[in-house]
Amino acid sequence: MARVFMKGCEAMAEAAVRAGCRFFAGYPITPQNEIPEYMSRRLPEVGGHFVQGESEVASVSMVYGAAASGTRSMTSSSSPGISLKSEGVSYCASARVPMVYINVARGGPGVGSIQPAQMDYLQATKASGNGGFRMRVFAPATVQEAADMVYAAFDYADRDRNPVLILSDGVVGTMMEPVELPPMKTEEEVAAIKESKRSWAIVGHKLDYAHRAWIQPGQWSTLLQQKENEAAAALYESWKSDARAEEYLLEDAEIVLTSYGICGRIAKSAVNVLRREGVKAGLIRPLTVYPFPYGAYDRIDYRRVKGILDVEMSIPALFLEDVETAVAGRARISTCLCSGGNIMSRDAVLRAAAKIMEGN
Amino acid sequence: MAEKLVYTRTKTIQEDKVSGFCPGCMHGTVMKLIGEVIDELGIIEKTACVLGIGCCGLQMDYMAYDNITSPHGRACAVATGIKRTNPDTFVFTYQGDGDLASIGLAETMSAANRGENISVIFINNGIYGMTGGQMAPTTLLGMKATTAPKGRDPKEHGYPMHMCEILDKLTAPVYLERTSCNTPQNLMHTKSAIKKAFVNQLEGRGFSMVEIVTTCPTNWGMDALGALDYLEKNMLAEFPLGLIRDRTKEA
Repeated sequence: MARVFMKGCEAMAEAAVRAGCRFFAGYPITPQNEIPEYMSRRLPEVGGHFVQGESEVASVSMVYGAAASGTRSMTSSSSPGISLKSEGVSYCASARVPMVYINVARGGPGVGSIQPAQMDYLQATKASGNGGFRMRVFAPATVQEAADMVYAAFDYADRDRNPVLILSDGVVGTMMEPVELPPMKTEEEVAAIKESKRSWAIVGHKLDYAHRAWIQPGQWSTLLQQKENEAAAALYESWKSDARAEEYLLEDAEIVLTSYGICGRIAKSAVNVLRREGVKAGLIRPLTVYPFPYGAYDRIDYRRVKGILDVEMSIPALFLEDVETAVAGRARISTCLCSGGNIMSRDAVLRAAAKIMEGN
Repeated sequence: MAEKLVYTRTKTIQEDKVSGFCPGCMHGTVMKLIGEVIDELGIIEKTACVLGIGCCGLQMDYMAYDNITSPHGRACAVATGIKRTNPDTFVFTYQGDGDLASIGLAETMSAANRGENISVIFINNGIYGMTGGQMAPTTLLGMKATTAPKGRDPKEHGYPMHMCEILDKLTAPVYLERTSCNTPQNLMHTKSAIKKAFVNQLEGRGFSMVEIVTTCPTNWGMDALGALDYLEKNMLAEFPLGLIRDRTKEA
């Protein structure tokens, strides 16, 4: 497959189409407008459907309906819009309806800024809606990763019958990079995926109470609700082995930078500079931020390491909470932070790393 | 003389389920009418019902056909997602006044404005039922509600909303009618209105809504017969029955 030069948002949209996504509903918000714009043109070409919803809550409900009737479906938004999606996402999680959604994150809280930020970490990984459900959350750092993660997300969503979130940001969404797009599923494959969901999809069934499709985002019976929650908890537990991280030059590292998404890529470039300067620096960059790759932090040689540097585009530090859990007191953790839509600078990371190496 | 079968219970309602609707409530009546229409049209195998939140959602456990519970107010959006991706599936929403006219106003208006090929059954009893009698957008002036203890005051709460007339300002909707189930005659007419709304969708004509003015004896604080009198004297005065729009032939 030839490499093409594409914007992150458009690559994610095309990857979704190639994965078999045939329904998209969304509402305009910067910096993710290229996703609905692309889908409005692209989906009709492959027999799919695009609806510009009247709001984010309506859009995610349309996706809930389309996905509950068996079609691979997606929505996208940016931070404040993602908050509005939380209603429908929680319904999908409760009713076990597979769907994929993308957050092209921007500054917050509130309307925040339209520039890139990582202020939605806790929302993405801990509470994307009411009711204590969990989702797989992927954090791409390149356009290639973004496309690959969106493509894989549809398989995970279908396998688990659960929502999957792509936590990208305004840099990944709006920058252009070379990307090798994943293969296009054939119409037969897309139809077979839909057909495989027919028994539970709300498309009409023979009159048979026991075997009707019944999409229930809640239970009247408290005992049944507890059972559903227990089954969901077991599902979430089963994901632990799927946690993934990029572990870079970790073996002999005396300083370990840790970061995710676009910030993780900036941190990696800082690691390369440090190595050239003779500093034994390494990197842990989670690719899944839920489930969190705690195990990666066990592979740090804590006898050597002088400190861990948490690098994130969020103030207060949010990713730090998972890093602290993973490090579990085995090393001192410093932070290098920016926020408000300001993009992390490599110089700031290098200065923070120097402080650690100097023992400050 | 040979016996002649004149009535059978619709099979769309599961026989062994016990209704949770209050005595005098018309949800069960409308649910039966919908089931009979589905039977008569022979569309059970392709029917998907989108339920709102509130008492309108109670029937999920009784109906023997496909259904999905939507987030509060979002039924028309959920129906849009199902219908767009499954044009051969028959999709109708079943919503109360709080669901359709308050929290779901945007979804209702927008689906109607897009001319989605769906059918909407709107139950208007002027009050929030399941949550215990709070004021609805359709609560009558002077009518007491738990959140309007002195009665609906237009200076503070505005006036009852007439959804059929509001949607009639849009270009796309095909069929809008307000009916009731307070008399056998009105009940039979409601059934034919439901059938018309359903057939419109089956023939690809677009958005149809039947607003059915009903009672809520429990939250109106009346017995079933008193609620019927109140409906006739007060609800129907505010919400006159009749055809609001019929562009079926043009569609």
